[in-house]
Amino acid sequence: MSEAAAPREWRAWLTAEAPSSRFHARSVRAYATARIFLRNPLALAGLALVVALLAIAAAAPLLAHGDPVAQDLARRLKPPSAAFWFGTDELGRDIYTRILYGARITLGIVSLVVVIVAPIGLLVGCVAGYLGGIADVVLMRVTDVFLAFPRLILALAFVAALGPGIENAVIAISLTAWPPYARIARAETIVLRDSDFISAARLLGASPGRIVLLHVMPLCLSSMIVRVTLDMAGIILTAAGLGFLGLGAQPPSPEWGAMISAGRKFILDQWWVAAFPGLAICLVSLGFNLLGDGLRDVLDPKQR
Amino acid sequence: MIEVDRLTVEFDETRAVDAVSFRVEKGEAFGIVGESGSGKSTVLRALSGLNQHWSGGMVIDGEEQSQHRTRAFHRHLQMVFQDPYASLHPRHTVDRALAEPLRVHGVGDREPRILRALREVGLGPEHRFRYPHQLSGGQRQRVAIARALILEPRVLLLDEPSSSLDVSVQAEILNLLQRLRRERTLTYVLVSHNLAVVAHLCSHVAVMNAGRFVEELDVAALRARRTQHPYTAQLLRASEGYDRAAAAALVTFD
Amino acid sequence: MTGPLLEIADLRVAFRSARGISEAVRGVGFTMGREKLGIVGESGSGKSLTGRSVLRLLPPGAMLSARRLAFDGIDLLGAAPSAMRELRGRRIAMVMQDPKFSLNPVMTVGHQIAEAYLAHKRASAAEARDKALAMLEAVRIRDPQRVYGLYPHEVSGGMGQRAMIAMMLAPDPDLLIADEPTSALDVTVQMQVLAILDDLVSERGMGLIFISHDLRLVASFCDRVLVMYGGRVVETVDARRLGEARHPYTRGLLACLPTLEGGEGELATLQRDPAWLTAP
Repeated sequence: MSEAAAPREWRAWLTAEAPSSRFHARSVRAYATARIFLRNPLALAGLALVVALLAIAAAAPLLAHGDPVAQDLARRLKPPSAAFWFGTDELGRDIYTRILYGARITLGIVSLVVVIVAPIGLLVGCVAGYLGGIADVVLMRVTDVFLAFPRLILALAFVAALGPGIENAVIAISLTAWPPYARIARAETIVLRDSDFISAARLLGASPGRIVLLHVMPLCLSSMIVRVTLDMAGIILTAAGLGFLGLGAQPPSPEWGAMISAGRKFILDQWWVAAFPGLAICLVSLGFNLLGDGLRDVLDPKQR
Repeated sequence: MIEVDRLTVEFDETRAVDAVSFRVEKGEAFGIVGESGSGKSTVLRALSGLNQHWSGGMVIDGEEQSQHRTRAFHRHLQMVFQDPYASLHPRHTVDRALAEPLRVHGVGDREPRILRALREVGLGPEHRFRYPHQLSGGQRQRVAIARALILEPRVLLLDEPSSSLDVSVQAEILNLLQRLRRERTLTYVLVSHNLAVVAHLCSHVAVMNAGRFVEELDVAALRARRTQHPYTAQLLRASEGYDRAAAAALVTFD
Repeated sequence: MTGPLLEIADLRVAFRSARGISEAVRGVGFTMGREKLGIVGESGSGKSLTGRSVLRLLPPGAMLSARRLAFDGIDLLGAAPSAMRELRGRRIAMVMQDPKFSLNPVMTVGHQIAEAYLAHKRASAAEARDKALAMLEAVRIRDPQRVYGLYPHEVSGGMGQRAMIAMMLAPDPDLLIADEPTSALDVTVQMQVLAILDDLVSERGMGLIFISHDLRLVASFCDRVLVMYGGRVVETVDARRLGEARHPYTRGLLACLPTLEGGEGELATLQRDPAWLTAP
């Protein structure tokens, strides 16, 4: 009896018309948003793929069949079989295991980039949009400089200057990925700047810093989240591209892009060496795209 | 309490407000009536400091004002906007909206003040943690009024406070505003296009057209239709409802 | 022309939402001839939906039902989409609140009026242009040639609304539904636009449904007034006898309006009686 009552109580709490505290109000709102999101099958599929990526990355040692860098030249280039689910590569390493560990690298790169890029872009865009005038001009011209270069080329240039390696790849990708977020944030801020509730905040005597941080930025977050999610695929591909060119993760690191590059030579006869890492990249990108689409449908219409 | 001397606001090449002067005594309610584009909202924005591109003289509560306002100034003068949905932050609960002014000015004991503010505008604790989209138009406007009054200002600027509301709700909000003014001896400057609303709340009225005050009069004179300028007479006639003959006699004033 | 222009009985409009089915219009019925009928209500009363039901222009997801919905004897409920398209614009027209949103922003005003005409009558481009200019004159625009070539964002609110009326009346409809046509306009402009509507409707012997929240304005303009509350018509009153209205909602609405004559005392407020939602 109490087990049936407990979920009902939770539901009642989460759908309360008159919340009793700020935390309660936020939970109610989050629950309502989640319910709408969960009704979209494609978004759910995207979420499932992303969660799978996270789970695999976390549980890689448990799911793997051994050491990702253990070589055994005797069993090189073996096709997929019961022992080696995805076959082996040119150095006899188990591709399945390498893909599992590669998920960690991919996830790591993507997370680092997002953590660097989103706040910087948001801050630059909101400040430029709110202050206008000289600050806006200067910040936007700086943004334009970075935006003018094709992302991969600029990343290449940075990596070439800084030297290959995952950390430098992350820095390079971050430096090229932030401008679009600044532009989006600025566009939204310009629209919000003239609304009555911002005028009301100014009338309270709130400083511009407070207004930008507490009033403007939270409203730009939704479109940021959507854009970031949709961009993940691009970031993954850029990282893979760098890896492919040998400028990202260095061997023997099981980075997916590097794996594809190594498998190029064997693509006609031993297709599995390049195909499986390629498939992994594909699926993860698809997952983030679907998730981003689902988030956009849920977050944007509610915004105003 | 408020003395405005030849206030002028220019946008690009037009004068939205052209050498407007008026006085408002402490505790009085002063109304500005005009149609859209007359410049009445611009006067309020200049008074509140939201618009900083004005010239002329402005003395509020004995202090000469410049284009920039100090934080202390905002404790004494607040504004209620027309659109109750647009004037509340969509992602802030009522509680947060009311706490913000207290936080900005470093005022303590927020909890009792917020509860009191809600009570005074006729809202209950069940509204405290709701978001604006969960409130009706009248309730949102009450929150906006509560927010404006929580710092206990002396002057309240009202920009068409009831125009966006349903008729039945309008009456409640107007009653609330009247009661609050009496209880707290507030000074109001009310802007509206609705003569009846202005006549109800205010004691003195200025009629505005194309950036200028064309006439200033007592509400008693307005009620008795003792007007001098033809524009005022025209506004009066038009607000009495549709009349075919009256409509034919309307003239455009530029 | 025999028979009423519009017959509506037990009109219902419902929406499906997360919480089940909610009825926004609950059993509205009235007949009208070639007169000016006003429908007054506050937000949520269902007045706009009632107007749109006649044209069957409801939002997606709306479910319409009625015992009778007929225009000039033609059954609108069972009409095929092609038949409705014939009627819309040609015999029943609609004017909405804000010309900023109802006029096409990338076509000149005159061109839109000509298009409206051509959509329903066979005519040459030159004839349509002449008709458009004639309509602009009929709505008392002083320089029709110049206004013909202006874009909607270049004209004032009052002029835009008059252009909208010109556009809607070009094909000579029998019934005009006006949904808050003057609410976005200044008071003096409102009077002028209403005068134009008044004259045009009388000259052409049209029927007019005037939907608004402004009870006094509607009563001073129309012949009859329907007062709506919570999706139902709570009272039908002759415009000249508004003061004799009997339903407590109507009386309450009239009492809570501030007037110039009223003193500074508190305004009466409306006490809503839940019985108004269900009583006949």
